[in-house]
Amino acid sequence: MSKRTIRHIVSTAVPLPIENIDTDQIIPARFLKATTREGFGKNLFRDWRYENDDENKPKKDFVLNNPLYKGSILVAGKNFGCGSSREHAAWALVDYGFQVVVSSFFADIFKNNALNNFLLPVQVSDAFLQRLFDAIYQDPNTQIEVDLPQQQLRLLATGEAEYFDINLYKKECLLNGYDDIDYLLSLDAAITAYEKANEK
Amino acid sequence: MGQTLFDKIWDAHVVQRKEGYPDVLYIDAHFIHEVTSPQAFDGLRRRGIRVRRPDRTHATADHNVPTLNQHLPIREELSRRQVEMLTRNCEEFGIELYGLGHPFQGIVHVIGPELGLTQPGMTIVCGDSHTSTHGALGTIAFGIGTSEVEQVLATQCIWQYKPRKMRITIDGQLKKGVVSKDIILYIISQISASGATGYFVEYAGSTIRSLSMEARMTICNMSIEMGARGGMIAPDETTFAYLQGRRFAPKGSDWDRALAYWKTLYSDLDAVFDKELHFDAADIEPMITYGTNPGMGIKITQPIPRLEQLSEKERPSFERALQYMSLQPGTYLLNKPVDYVFIGSCTNSRMEDLRLVANFVKGKKKAPHVEVWVVPGSKQVEEQARREGIDRIFEEAGFQLRGPGCSACLGMNEDKIPPGKYCVSTSNRNFEGRQGPQARTFLVSPLTAAAAAITGRIVDVREFL
Repeated sequence: MSKRTIRHIVSTAVPLPIENIDTDQIIPARFLKATTREGFGKNLFRDWRYENDDENKPKKDFVLNNPLYKGSILVAGKNFGCGSSREHAAWALVDYGFQVVVSSFFADIFKNNALNNFLLPVQVSDAFLQRLFDAIYQDPNTQIEVDLPQQQLRLLATGEAEYFDINLYKKECLLNGYDDIDYLLSLDAAITAYEKANEK
Repeated sequence: MGQTLFDKIWDAHVVQRKEGYPDVLYIDAHFIHEVTSPQAFDGLRRRGIRVRRPDRTHATADHNVPTLNQHLPIREELSRRQVEMLTRNCEEFGIELYGLGHPFQGIVHVIGPELGLTQPGMTIVCGDSHTSTHGALGTIAFGIGTSEVEQVLATQCIWQYKPRKMRITIDGQLKKGVVSKDIILYIISQISASGATGYFVEYAGSTIRSLSMEARMTICNMSIEMGARGGMIAPDETTFAYLQGRRFAPKGSDWDRALAYWKTLYSDLDAVFDKELHFDAADIEPMITYGTNPGMGIKITQPIPRLEQLSEKERPSFERALQYMSLQPGTYLLNKPVDYVFIGSCTNSRMEDLRLVANFVKGKKKAPHVEVWVVPGSKQVEEQARREGIDRIFEEAGFQLRGPGCSACLGMNEDKIPPGKYCVSTSNRNFEGRQGPQARTFLVSPLTAAAAAITGRIVDVREFL
């Protein structure tokens, strides 16, 4: 696994103003048969992207098929990533090229899965989310800046910004490329002590 | 101040608590299946480490298995490879596998309680969001992603922030024809598909107390459908009676010791929850969903909402859902013809579910135009159904009794609902494409599903009781 980090991202964004986007939409179950983490990007939003499951028939009205909208930031409606715990959803978004997902609300398991894959979930207010959609639709070249150290999401042209929350431990991991498992493995003595105390 | 049931179990499992960090939580039981584990085992190999506690890791194949001809090799190559990889990984890492053909094989959330592997006071995880099911026995059980599966395989621990706590109390007697699936569909319809996000839910009240163990599992199972991290019910005599004598339940003096501990597992009278909700059982009627998330539910006798009943913000999702379902706002679902009936999934595939359905259909025949699949949650449920003669009731009714697995709940294995078809389903998700590309799902109770199978339409089951 290459060592990844997230610190500072400036990009245009892809707008997807639909609420309750579940992980079955992000990556349908029939594509979960792979046994590696790579290659899921081509099936990202598969059934919204293509007519009758046919890669030669892109649905024109779906945003990923619209050349106007590009970038490493996905801006999506409230309660993004609900439903199934499949980490494949995070893998698909990363494999497609997204580094950040912005929404006004994230489902818990998806949020953890995203953070474990260096995909930053940025939760903003409903009002600011709407402001982002408006700005992107007005000008698809709108540049958005994500500043993880300052925990700020900013519209570069106007300077409008909002602070976002992230837990300190995960922030540290993303900034430094730390891995949860290495840390947990370093706690071996504490885990063994727990087991001794709790098992007869 | 008293403690909640959740706090008692959580605090007993903290290996490390450090300011500014999530808690390191010890996991008592880790269930794995073929879909969300291969990448985690790969990670272990890359790091050159073993599974810390193979004895606390329990494996089965469920998502990707066919439900017909289970004795033959799996036809679909990618599915076969995934199931074979689980077998190889379990062999390499010394994990007991209840694979295809094993007498204990089944849906991971059905076999855990059935085998007595799930016990009160435990912490339980699985790479599957419906792990919340195990909470019915008074456990902290929640779904995790594959990176977390790797963490738990490697260390038997997981990083976890303590979620907020919600108690949902339901009091009173259920009306005729109303079962536990209706309770949870009703709650989700009231608080929405994200109404409990960030919370861990405890279900309480006289209605919950009166439910059987399996009925409680149906409720806890769907906690995730309102966004909750998990759902749980304090163990009581119903729980203890259910567990006693099960294969992996404690025996003899171990049982006595365990029981003494289990009896301490309840929320203290003065325990404080971050949020409390109350519902009256008398308000609950047979439920059905009309849309594409489990929060889009109505009483089966009610019309689909009209656009003007919804807030401006809800309308785009609502309109999109109705377009997908090919339904009109303000219309009734009653009497709508259906194409498929699916009775199964980790929500409703246990013995009681099958008995409830069999009892209703005995001596009746399915409507000619409807295809009816009954998929037991485990090999043991299937065997028990045969012993009770339920297989013959289904056969005479024209229902297909298949082999155990996740089946048509998730559009992954061979069992898919064809595009555009309407399926009345006892499963847990009505998302777009969930049961197959362009398939249209109505979530209901097993009783309502049985009535739909016989009449070929959406009906109010109470008219037939």
